[in-house]
Formats: sequence, structure tokens, C-alpha cells
Amino acid sequence: MGVIVILIIVSVLVAGGFLLAFLWSVKTGQMDDDYTPSVRILFEDELIIKKKDIL
Amino acid sequence: MVYTLIEENGLCQYYDLTSMPGITAKGLFVSDKFNYLDNIAIQDQLIQFKLADQVHVVFYLPQIHCVSCVWLLEHLHKINTGIIQSTTHFEKKEIKIVYNPSLISLKQVVQLLAFVGYEPVIHLGGNDWLKKKKVNKKQLYKIGIAGFCFSNIMMLSFPEYLSNNAIELGSLRHFFIYINLLLSLPVLLYSARDFFISAYTGLRQKWLNIDAPIALAITVTFSRSVYEILSQTGAGYLDSMSGIVFFMLIGRWFQDKSYDSFAFDRDYNSFFPLGVTVLEEGKEVNKPLSALIKGELVFLRADEMIPADAILLTEGALIDYSFVTGENAPIEVAIGQLVYAGGIQKGRSIQVEVVKPVGQSYITELWNSPVLKNEKNIEKSFVHPWSQYFTIVLLIIAFSSGMYWSLYDTSKILPAVTAVLIVACPCSLLLTVTFTYGNVLRWLGNAKFYCKNAAVIEAIDKIDTIVFDKTGTLTNHEDTHLEYHGMALSETEMIAVKSVTRESLHPLSKMITQFLMLEVSDLTSFQKIENFIGKGTKALCNEYEILIGSISFLKSNGIPCDDSLQGAVVCLAINGELKGCFAVNHAYRDGMDKMVKRLQDKGYHLHLLSGDHPTEKAHLTHLLGKEIPMFFETSPADKLAYIQKLQNQGRKVMMVGDGLNDAGALKKSNVGIAVTDQTHLFTPASDAILEGREIKELHHLIDYAKKAKLIIIYIFILSILYNIIGMYFATSARLSPMVAAILMPISSISIVALSALLSFSFSYKIRPRS
Repeated sequence: MGVIVILIIVSVLVAGGFLLAFLWSVKTGQMDDDYTPSVRILFEDELIIKKKDIL
Repeated sequence: MVYTLIEENGLCQYYDLTSMPGITAKGLFVSDKFNYLDNIAIQDQLIQFKLADQVHVVFYLPQIHCVSCVWLLEHLHKINTGIIQSTTHFEKKEIKIVYNPSLISLKQVVQLLAFVGYEPVIHLGGNDWLKKKKVNKKQLYKIGIAGFCFSNIMMLSFPEYLSNNAIELGSLRHFFIYINLLLSLPVLLYSARDFFISAYTGLRQKWLNIDAPIALAITVTFSRSVYEILSQTGAGYLDSMSGIVFFMLIGRWFQDKSYDSFAFDRDYNSFFPLGVTVLEEGKEVNKPLSALIKGELVFLRADEMIPADAILLTEGALIDYSFVTGENAPIEVAIGQLVYAGGIQKGRSIQVEVVKPVGQSYITELWNSPVLKNEKNIEKSFVHPWSQYFTIVLLIIAFSSGMYWSLYDTSKILPAVTAVLIVACPCSLLLTVTFTYGNVLRWLGNAKFYCKNAAVIEAIDKIDTIVFDKTGTLTNHEDTHLEYHGMALSETEMIAVKSVTRESLHPLSKMITQFLMLEVSDLTSFQKIENFIGKGTKALCNEYEILIGSISFLKSNGIPCDDSLQGAVVCLAINGELKGCFAVNHAYRDGMDKMVKRLQDKGYHLHLLSGDHPTEKAHLTHLLGKEIPMFFETSPADKLAYIQKLQNQGRKVMMVGDGLNDAGALKKSNVGIAVTDQTHLFTPASDAILEGREIKELHHLIDYAKKAKLIIIYIFILSILYNIIGMYFATSARLSPMVAAILMPISSISIVALSALLSFSFSYKIRPRS
């Protein structure tokens, strides 16, 4: 049963890692805008054809 | 994919733009409008961050409305290489642009934006109000931490609930419990802080607010849990405690989500341009508006706003004061007369000499009035008295169950009393309130009625009097039409008048020409024409001697006019006889009569205050009914005083207005609703913003806002049921942590669900029909 102690400590630490990730994302402003990024990700980069390639 | 989106929106030219990378806006967008942006002092107000090779600037672009907007705006660097990066924030309608100042100037950036159709809104108040609207990060931290602790405590409590002592957990049991205790500390000390602070400040003001019983419940739950854990008698209720904190924080966050792209607290600073063109020794110099002093000469182009009270120096002034005074038609001003700040020049370029600084002008002075200095007196929510009764009843139950057990089993006094306080936490009440107001705010926003916060919804509930402004509120600014009052004109007369008005470039003349165009198509020649600038025109046309112009012009030519014609009119006399007048009217919005009728049926007292002349009184009486008190030619101060007078009679007043002239009244009223056709433009400080098209639905919107209270009462009854069940366990001293842990999430989730369901089902009348 003693292994449960270690497993629980590990699980709390893993969950704590996600908590830190959340706090970090809030701090760096990733939660400021919850709409535009969903649109932005759909934009395709157009093919850039350099002029010399055409010539 | 983006292409189809853009194509669907008819915005294909966006592609043409970017497929020609050589094109720059420079030279194509010919306008002096943004010259003031060359001024360093103005630039400093706008620029957020500056380095030698990059400058960061944020603009408010109210035109952002779709995906293509985002696409185009984020590809600005393809149009002009000087732009390093542009990032949009869709909901705030903002764009952050990073540009290289050695390749492109701030003015060129703005010109480029204007050229592609996104002219930024730049005002004297700078971007101060943009900065205020930061996401409340602390609240998110608190929710995150409470959520983390709650879920872990819940998980670690399962063995305790489920083992039922069948499995010997041994030392593991203590391990689980102590980890729970450790995890609950951040919830108590950090996440729940606001409840304690609010309860404490409430108690210091001798006021038991809704947070007081919550703080009490949290304290009791935590202390009893610690006692149980240390005395090894149980596992405590730490899961329930962190759970309610988590749910209540989510409720508050849900309610507080605001409309990022609206500004509810603008003062006059937001209405005036950031810079003006000043003439110094014959040269045009750009200056920040704040540096404008008395005696300076200001050069105003067409469609620019007069920044301060000034004297007109050149001809051709035609000032539209509709926003300042509520008058319908542009006014022609003669040289040497005073023009007031806030008016918009509609004619050609003019020069004016400033006589008063910006802050002391006629319209801005209103803000210095002491009445407006005080913050609006927000009445305490109806929820607070409830929570007081709730607390009292709670204490009585706790006390009587303690009394009961003191007679039978003294060892159960403490468990029973603390269990009552744990179970009957008014968190369900708080959840009901926050989620219901959050839902109602969203549905109202969906119907284009944007409230500043939840307090506005409660204020709407108490309203018994509604005061309307006319111009721009009941009428539509953008939809003007001409009306002719007086004797009917014969066809030849109309042809003659039209031939005369066609010769003038005056906007009213143009309107008359167009108006007559609908009646007759022919033109005739005239023998003689004389223009009197700012007054009218005198012409001889066939057998008719035509006099057309202002009343004073006709009077000075010996034509008797009666004063009932005052207002936005052009008078017409033929052969020395007054024929009639042309009045410029803004068209009334659709459905006003119905809306007014419905509001009256519901028992609201309606009033009308107009800054305009009483020319339309008869029409308005016909439209809105006789019972409505109407006042015309009211100044902004009159409107303010009128609201105050109504309030002194004990009325709760809602003001519905649009312009700067209503700003005082909007602020003074219990609920000020700013009506606007373009939500980004000129909404004075208000409690709510309503889109012009939706004003015909005002009665439905008010109805729905009132429903919020009903929904809260319904759900409160449900939560009382939960409390009774909980009380049964609590008073019989049988509240196990498991019962608490089951009851808490079930009640919370069902409350949230019911609130969403009821707010949705009541909103059917205000939902946009698709």
C-alpha cells in the first residue's frame, strides 16, 4: 500500500504542473483574448512566389 | 478557405490589394485629416512603447466585425513593409501595430488603416479607457487555484466516503486527510479572500451583506474540519468548503464578464478630436487639443468638430449641432457669431478664433456641474435584505437545534450547530444571483442591449418613469427627409423654385432641389438671381418673384411671417406672399408608437424632452399620444434639472437619449440608456447602450430585465428545498462529509442549469428572429 503514497504525491505534482501552466498562461495574457486566436489559426499562408522564380 | 469567407462577404478587393505588394496607401489616401498625428505630443499619447526601430501602438477599430477583417488587418505587413506586425483583438475591436518608424510614420499607419476601410477612433481622452479594460487576472488565478485544490481534495476524499471502514486504510487515511488540509489552505487564504474582505467591510459599516454568512460558513466549516482532523474524529468537510468557494468564484466571474468593446464611462474628452489645426502666422500647425488656448485661430475642414467655443471668422459655416443640442438641421452662422464646441462643420473649410478653452466651453461645462460629480447612488441589491433574513433564520435554527440536543445528548450540540452552519451556507443564493444576472446580461446583449453591469438590471426593475430624448433617439440621425408645410404650389411655381435652388450649393437648397425633383422634372431660366450668404436667395423667374431663405430674411424683405414657423425651416415666398416652409425632419424610427403604447399600458410615466424647436409637436402628439408631457428647446442643463425634479418626487427615472446634450440627464437618471446607431460612436456616459434599431423593442427588453428577479425567486425556492434536506441531516447531527459532498455539487449544478434554462425560456421575445 505504501506505493500509493508515492503515486498520490506524483499525481498531485502532475496536477500542480497543470495549475502552474494555467497560471502562466493567464499571466502571459493568453486568456486576454478568447476569440481571435481561433480565427487566426485558420488563416493559410499564401504561397510566396518570388519574382525571380517567375522570370 | 479564407478566400471563400472573403468572397462571401463581398470583400474580394482585399485580395487585389495584397496581390499587388507594390501598392502603398501613400498618395492614394489624400486627406489632411490626420495631419495632427505628426505632432510629437499627440504621438506620445498614443504610442505605448517605443524603440529606435519599432513602435507599438494600439488603436480602437470599431469596424472590425468579421473574420475577413481580422485577416486583412493581420496582413498589413504585406501592404506596407514598414509594418512589422499587426495583431487584432476581435472582441475588444482593437489592433496592436508594431511598425518601423524609419519606414512609416504614425500618420501613414493611420492613413493606411483608413485607406483599407478601418479608420481608427482617436479621441482626446487618448487611449486611457482602453488601458482600463484589462482582464481581471487575479480572479482567474483564484479560480484556477480553487479548482485545482477542490478537484484534488475531492479525489483524495473518495477512499474516506467509499471505504465505509470496510477496508483498513491504516496510516494512509491520515495521509489523505493531511494532504487535504494542506490543499485547503490556499483556498481559504487566497481564493476565498474576497468574501472575507467584503464581509469585514460590510460589518464595519454595520451592514450584514451576502458575503457575511458565506464568510461565516467558510470559517465554521474549516474550523470544524481542522478540529475533526486533529482530534482524529473525522475527515472534515474540506471538499465541500473548497467546492463552494470554487463555484461561487465561477459565478462571480460569469456575472462580471463585460462587453469589452464598449465604453460606458466616457466624458466629453472622448468626443473631441485629439488634435486641431491651428493657424500661426498664416501657417497651419498641428497642436494637441489640450494645448489650445484662447485667441488662437483654428482651421476646420468639412466634417470636423469645433473643439472649443469660438468666433467665426470666415464665410461658409454650416454647423450641425444635432449632437450637442438635439436640433435637427444644420445652422448657418454669420461671420462674427459664436460657434459652440461639439458642433460639426458641414460646409467648406472655415476659420474660427477660440474664445474659451476646451474645458470651459458651453457643452463641457456641464461636466463641472456638482450634480454630476457625485457617483451614481447604487441602491443595495434586493438580495442583501434576503441574505440578512437568511442569516437570522439560520442562526435561530442553529441555536434551537443546539438547545434541543442540550436536553438529550450534550455531545451532539457542537456537531449539530456547526453542521447547520455548514449546510445552510447561502452560497446557493449567491450562485443563483450571479448566474442569473450573468445569463440575463448575455441575452440582453444578444438583443443589442448592452448593460454595464448586473446592478443596472436591478435598477431597471425599479423604474417607473421613462424620459425620452427626441433627436437621434426617437428619430434616426442618418435618415433625414424634407417636409413642406403651407399652401400647395402649382407646377410652374415648383419649376421656378427648383430652378432657383439648383443654383445654390447650400445643403438645404440641394435637399429642396431633390425634394422638388420628385414632383417636377422640368427647369426654367430666370431673369435675375441674388444670393445673400447666410440668409437666402432672391430671384426673378418668369412671372414669379421668389424669396427663399430664413425667416429673418423674409421678414427683412417685408413679408409677414408668424413665429410658429421657428425651427429648422426654409421659408418660401412668391410674389410677396408667404407660401410655406420646408422643414428638415429626421425620420422617426419604426415602431415608436407601438413601443410607447406598450410602455404606457404597463403603467410607466413617459416624458419627452427635446432640444429641438416645437415644430413637430403636433406630429409627435399624434404619434405618441396626448398624455405624454413634452418639452421643447430644453438645454442640457434643463434636461438634467428635469430628471432631478422627477427624482425629487420620488420617481425612479430611466433616461433614453443619445447626444452630448443628454449626457447630464443620462448620468443623473437611475438608469441612463444611450441609444446609438453605430455602437462605437459618441455614446455618452451611460448605464446601458442600446442599438437604435432595437429601441422599438424597449418594452420587451425592460420586461425581460424585470424577469431576472422572478428567476432568482424561483431558484431560491429550489435552493430552500435543498437546505431543508440538508437541515434534516444537520439538526439530527447526522451530517456526514459524504452527504455534504453529494448535496453541495448537486445543488450548485442544478441551480446553474435551472438559471440558464429559465433565462433562456423567458428570452423568447427578445431573441433575434432569424
